[in-house]
Amino acid sequence: MVDALIQGLLLGGYYAVLAAGLSLMFGVVRFINLAHGDMAVLGAMIALWLVQGMGLGVGWAIAATLPVMAALGWLMQRFIFERALQGGFLVPILTTIGLGAAFQNGMFGLFGSETKSLGAHIGTLSWASWELPGGIFLGQLPVFMFLTAVLVLGALHLMLTRTAFGRAVRATASDADAASLCGIDPRRVHRGAAAIAVALAGLAGIFLGLRAQVTPFAGPMLLIFAFEAVVIGGIGSLRGTLIGGLALGVAQTVGGLISAQFSILAGHVVFLAVLGWRMSQGAAADRGGWRAAWAALITRRKITRGKA
Amino acid sequence: MTDVKIALALSGAVGRHGQLQAIKPLSLTVSENEVVALIGANGAGKTTLMRMIAGLHPLAEGVLHLFGADVTAMRAHDRVKAGIALSPEGRRLFGDLTVRENLMIAAENGRRGDWTVPSACDAFPQITPLLNRPAGGLSGGQRQAVAIARALVSNPSVLLLDEVSLGLSPAAVDGVYHSLTALRGAMTMIVVEQDLTRAMSFAGRLICMAEGRLELDGNPATLTRDQITNAYFGIHKTAGATHG
Repeated sequence: MVDALIQGLLLGGYYAVLAAGLSLMFGVVRFINLAHGDMAVLGAMIALWLVQGMGLGVGWAIAATLPVMAALGWLMQRFIFERALQGGFLVPILTTIGLGAAFQNGMFGLFGSETKSLGAHIGTLSWASWELPGGIFLGQLPVFMFLTAVLVLGALHLMLTRTAFGRAVRATASDADAASLCGIDPRRVHRGAAAIAVALAGLAGIFLGLRAQVTPFAGPMLLIFAFEAVVIGGIGSLRGTLIGGLALGVAQTVGGLISAQFSILAGHVVFLAVLGWRMSQGAAADRGGWRAAWAALITRRKITRGKA
Repeated sequence: MTDVKIALALSGAVGRHGQLQAIKPLSLTVSENEVVALIGANGAGKTTLMRMIAGLHPLAEGVLHLFGADVTAMRAHDRVKAGIALSPEGRRLFGDLTVRENLMIAAENGRRGDWTVPSACDAFPQITPLLNRPAGGLSGGQRQAVAIARALVSNPSVLLLDEVSLGLSPAAVDGVYHSLTALRGAMTMIVVEQDLTRAMSFAGRLICMAEGRLELDGNPATLTRDQITNAYFGIHKTAGATHG
């Protein structure tokens, strides 16, 4: 059990990075990028290609992939998302679904459909571990990935709270018109946020490629995990996203204790429970507290029963 | 007489909200360091005019010059850097940021100059104890002081203040105008004010709008109450008064 908790926390770092980009896009640009999971897969594919095709070391491949992903995010915001945002709420959804499909099939065409992994290129690191008292094995790779995740999210948090660009990002997220009255160009801020979000997705994809395998069509599943982590942790707060990612990771590993098939489902169950709790809190607040909300629920049931 | 520079010049400016022409073709020049009070009934187009000058609302027709330079195509954030600052209707503070951050954002992204966060706190002493509080939790008077200070720290040459005293207690209005009086002569100001007495005592020039037009433009010392009231309600006593 303790083992599962620790492994779950380590896994959660990866989910937090995956979710942070989605949360940033939604919180700052008010844009839901349904191709976010496919961006993650693309990041892993680019890193894989740099390693397998160009013969780069894994570290260099990661260092080269992240700026490429950031540039891609900037370009997509500049040439696609900005226009989609002007078309109401449906256009961004359709655009990013289509974009996701295009990325999936594009990667399928370029890289083939077989599962690939970066794990084969990092030598002993993929299975090396430390033994803790109590017979718990800590994989070195999960520990490094977890530390990287905490470091990246911490740096992002400091950037948002302590730097001029971070203040501009939060001001734009709060009120874009008022931000422009302070001399901030909201479009520049949005492009910067999109660059960071897509680079984060790429980093998450690389994490996945290191600890498991990727296929061109893995994106939608990653998107669901990212959404779940964001909803569990609450939108618009990096600390919430980190907690959401950790909760999802723990739920999946603890669920895996019960049965291997239950692992992913346990994550969904925790997500649904949190969502239900949040919605019922909202409903309770609307009706003036829990007791009133229950009363409303019961009376409504009685009425429907009476009608039937 | 030394030549007075023209700070703002609108010519033939039209502002639309969809099909509605909120600002009818309108021309207006404001000299450097002039203090203008803009009055008019609800829906007269005061806020739209302010937003058009600040760059938040596009000019459907016409041009806007700032100190002789055509800024019609400039977007709001670039106009801030050119020297126009608007404290908008509803204040529009960043509620989840602290007061200090609200001011820093305008100071960092606006123009460099004498106005800094400390000097704005000197001009609005009531801000100093609030600096570390979230702007969302302030009272109406405090919010207005912060909003004006936020416009000031971008070091504008033209300061636009929308609805200065709306929703404020008389004491808070006194405080705000006390601070504003100190700015007179240092920058061009256009102030939207509902309180006619306040507008007439503060400004050197009074402009009254009705239905998207300038109905009256003059020195508050020589205008009569009747003239202003008629302009306010868009009443034209002369029989052949033109309607465009």
